[in-house]
Amino acid sequence: MDILVQTLADGLVIGAFYSLIALGYTMVFGIIKLLNFAHGDLYMLGAFVGYTLLSVVSGNGSGAGLMGIIVVLFLTMVIVGAIGMGIERVAYRPLLLAPRLSILITAIGVSLFLENGSMLFWGAQYQVYPLQLSHDGWEVFGAHITYTQIGLVIISALLMLGLHLFISRTLYGKAMRAIAHDQTACHLMGINVHKVIALTFFIGASLAAGAGTMAGAYYGTVNFMMGFIIGLKAFTAAVLGGIGSIPGAMLGGLLLGMMETAGTFLFGGSWKDVVAFSLLILILVLKPTGIMGEKVTERM
Amino acid sequence: MNPLGKKLSIILSLVVACCLPFLTNNYWLDVATLALFYIVLAQGLNVVVGFAGLLDLGYAAFFAVGAYTTGILMTVYQWSFWLTLPVSMAIAAVVGVIIGAPTLRLRSDYLAIVTLGFGEIIRILAINLDITGSASGIYGIPRPSIGSYMLAGQMDFYYLILIIAILAVLAVKRLGSSRIGRAWMYIREDEDAAEAMGINRIKMKLLAYSIGAVIGSLGGSVFAVKMSAIAPLSFSFTQSIMILLAVVLGGLGSIPGVVLGAVLVIALPELLRSVEDWRYLIFGVALVAMMLFRPQGLWPARYDTGKDSAHEADTLRTEGSDRDVQLDSEKCNA
Repeated sequence: MDILVQTLADGLVIGAFYSLIALGYTMVFGIIKLLNFAHGDLYMLGAFVGYTLLSVVSGNGSGAGLMGIIVVLFLTMVIVGAIGMGIERVAYRPLLLAPRLSILITAIGVSLFLENGSMLFWGAQYQVYPLQLSHDGWEVFGAHITYTQIGLVIISALLMLGLHLFISRTLYGKAMRAIAHDQTACHLMGINVHKVIALTFFIGASLAAGAGTMAGAYYGTVNFMMGFIIGLKAFTAAVLGGIGSIPGAMLGGLLLGMMETAGTFLFGGSWKDVVAFSLLILILVLKPTGIMGEKVTERM
Repeated sequence: MNPLGKKLSIILSLVVACCLPFLTNNYWLDVATLALFYIVLAQGLNVVVGFAGLLDLGYAAFFAVGAYTTGILMTVYQWSFWLTLPVSMAIAAVVGVIIGAPTLRLRSDYLAIVTLGFGEIIRILAINLDITGSASGIYGIPRPSIGSYMLAGQMDFYYLILIIAILAVLAVKRLGSSRIGRAWMYIREDEDAAEAMGINRIKMKLLAYSIGAVIGSLGGSVFAVKMSAIAPLSFSFTQSIMILLAVVLGGLGSIPGVVLGAVLVIALPELLRSVEDWRYLIFGVALVAMMLFRPQGLWPARYDTGKDSAHEADTLRTEGSDRDVQLDSEKCNA
């Protein structure tokens, strides 16, 4: 029982990170049908920008304080969001007309650029996050659940709720849904398609950055390659939930997080990536539309 | 270039390649050997990405399959090197089909991500399994011999891989201009139209995928005996990306272009030793810049489209199968 609860709790935290990153994948995919390979690296960038800002804030060893942490999280999301928007402008927008293969290869190039740029800027070794999160918590059915874990899940839930409200209630959210449906018609209706696509990249990148900062604080160390595997897994989460579907990405992330923690418990830590990728291949073979995805009739 | 000039330049480059061991020192001979490996691998990937238009991001996995099959068979079961070749190629073909068959029916981006995941699975398997020597890999792989002559020196391996590279280039060239090659390019250009013309889409894609796998595993087998030790580190995602870079840099679907690309990918880092840390950053920028400004590559493929040469440029520009988005965006921009 205690193991089950512990697995669920740990999986929920990792799952929340996956969900936040998967949202960016699914939004970008929904709107321009691009599989943004560089998305996992925006998560890494978020972790590093958060690291730098936190170092500045808590410079003299006095600690950042709760307010400081929240301000840093917000700033990181804005900065990385802007970077995401810049990437779209420079690397992806000129290629919207080009064949799919070109834009995929471009995305890989952007990913290489971000990873190695970060390595040159922040160094290749693991950096220790300038933040000590408390390990206090509650004992629930013999499992130890820390306040930090609860806090992280609540922040993630708030971000996802905010996104949900934005997409379903605002004019820009409506424009996004419309563009995902029919880009040409949107253009004819006077919607500034490029602006909305840029906004989508901004939101996706800032959510990934938020996850990155939180993960950096949660795990305690950051590294320039941390985005690669996570990005792949978040994609798995997006596919699991049904790519293009926003609630699907949230659900897929949480499910994947829990399955992975369970897989680690059953097979051992060195196999957890194999569990996740095998799951990805299985879903793509058995049910490519995922849990909540719409049926896609087009074939490309 | 006229046919005579073309023939002359091919003969000239072959002569240079054959004489190279006598002209350079050991260091550059090693670089040249590595470049030849990349030519083999890049030609294999060229079949998959260049001809059939299937983005494979886990190509190093097939390289690993070849290397590990040969390594295990030679160290554990004491097989002769030459006997391991057909076995590793057969295994690679089967693995290619196992991964390809269920996913080739899906969108091309899904294939990209599945191959990426598959590449990682193979690497993690190699790290975790006992038979593959876990993280330290397999070492002490014996040298191959022809009759009583043992291939041991640097020069021997240079010539071995040179022969294999020439065979690979010839095979890919012949395949590209065959009926199968034309079917691949048709699928790449327009899948639906190709199917309407009676091309078996799945079968052709699977064939491209398996042939790519076989060539990759051949490179891997030779790599294993050349290095005499293999470790999971050699088969990382970065390796797959470097091979892809060679293909993209040279020109998707272009045989001489891919040879040029492979040589560049190996030679440039050697020339750029002073900025070693910047290497992958530069490669990343190169990938983006190539796609933005010269998507057809440094040495683009030339398609034999008969007398209508104006049409040729057109075919190059609309490479790929995704017409719908293209039309949509065109309308949007209008």
